[in-house]
Amino acid sequence: MLLLGANPFFRWSYVTSQWGQIQADLVQHIELTLLAVAIGTVISIPLAVLAWRFRIVRTPVFGVASALYIIPSLALFAVLGGIIPGGYVPPHSWLTAEVALVGYTLLILIWNTVAGLNAVPSDAREAATALGYSPTAALMRVDLPLARPYIFAGLRVATSTVIGLVTVTALIGLGGLGQQITYGFNIGYNTPIIVGLVLSIILAAIADLLLVGAQRLAVPWSRTSRRARQGS
Amino acid sequence: MSFFDRLFHWFTSSANWSGSNGIPELFWRQLELSAVVVVTALIIGGGLGVVLGHTGRGGLVAVNAANAFRAVPTLALLTLLAIQPSISLKWGGFLASWIALTALAIPPILTNTFVGMREVDADVREAAKAVGLTGGQVLRRVEAPLAAPFVMAGVRTAAIEVVATSTLAAFVSYSDLGTYVISGLNTQNTVLSVAGALLVGVMAGVVALSLGLITRAVTPIPLRSRVRARTLTAGTAAR
Repeated sequence: MLLLGANPFFRWSYVTSQWGQIQADLVQHIELTLLAVAIGTVISIPLAVLAWRFRIVRTPVFGVASALYIIPSLALFAVLGGIIPGGYVPPHSWLTAEVALVGYTLLILIWNTVAGLNAVPSDAREAATALGYSPTAALMRVDLPLARPYIFAGLRVATSTVIGLVTVTALIGLGGLGQQITYGFNIGYNTPIIVGLVLSIILAAIADLLLVGAQRLAVPWSRTSRRARQGS
Repeated sequence: MSFFDRLFHWFTSSANWSGSNGIPELFWRQLELSAVVVVTALIIGGGLGVVLGHTGRGGLVAVNAANAFRAVPTLALLTLLAIQPSISLKWGGFLASWIALTALAIPPILTNTFVGMREVDADVREAAKAVGLTGGQVLRRVEAPLAAPFVMAGVRTAAIEVVATSTLAAFVSYSDLGTYVISGLNTQNTVLSVAGALLVGVMAGVVALSLGLITRAVTPIPLRSRVRARTLTAGTAAR
């Protein structure tokens, strides 16, 4: 369906004629990313709290998360796809992809959340105790909110990491924009690869901006203090 | 035969231990590629980080640019380079893999080197100048040893990433351990993929451990316990 032969650096007509497919790949890329970061967050925050509270939990949690982080993504897809029946091809490779992608977010998110909890000023915690907060209430209403800037920093790193890794899932039949990349490679044509590359970067940039915006909403005091400083 | 029996059989079959597609050859090729890439990235990223950190100018711009570069999917860079006729024919996929993976390895090394150079206490630097050391001597005898653990944290992060990602080089016809993983995925041969994955895992572990030892060796003795916590953070932020 494409005119091959000459391989220009970039051909717009590819984008216009294939827009439907590009859009579908983009949507899949976003779905794979959102699901991985969301599940990663839901798992990481409680684990981080446990690791922060109980020294016994810390070593195994960080051990497992670091191990998952070090395993090469392609290797992890290969191993998980071998364990999950039919895990090398869609639809079951969705599970393969998500388990691996979530695995990569864990170390980043747990590390940052623990760092954030450690950075809570002891004054704030003592004030909470003095006001009669139970340890759980203090955790939910003082410690975790004050750790938010660190948690958001982790979310930003995790999200951009996952957006990059999703392309590799093209080798197990998914890939989002990675589909454009492998397609371009297979037919020896630059344009689809550049489409995949540029849209991945734009996606990562937009996701980062959204997270910065969300952080402003979730950490309003950093903004007020800046405004106060500007005003004075 | 169960899966583990077949895996065991694969590892113990002598055919897999010899020839151009044997384990030793492919293991070596991946290690070779990774080493060349990390050394290149150390020269470029480390050199740039030292210069920027020493002069203290333009560093933030470079660090931000390096971070933005992280969003570039390696697969895209690798395939794009591999289909350019002038590159694809060079050394059976080595050149394309070398360039693409070096681009991946520079950001963590550059960032960590720059941070390490800026972390050097300004008083220490002043004191070194006050006792009469020249700019070059300050760099060699004060800044470099103090920044070394940070640089090594960057090298370690980059090296693990490179070992992991060099499996993708097999996708653009540079045969290494990724060849097992990818042909296993293509033929739905689970044993082959998992065997390749295990071998890459072994390599990543060995590289991480040996670089950990080198980091310890280049860290000035009084700093050994203090620096570890901080370099860990610097390393984590990098992938």
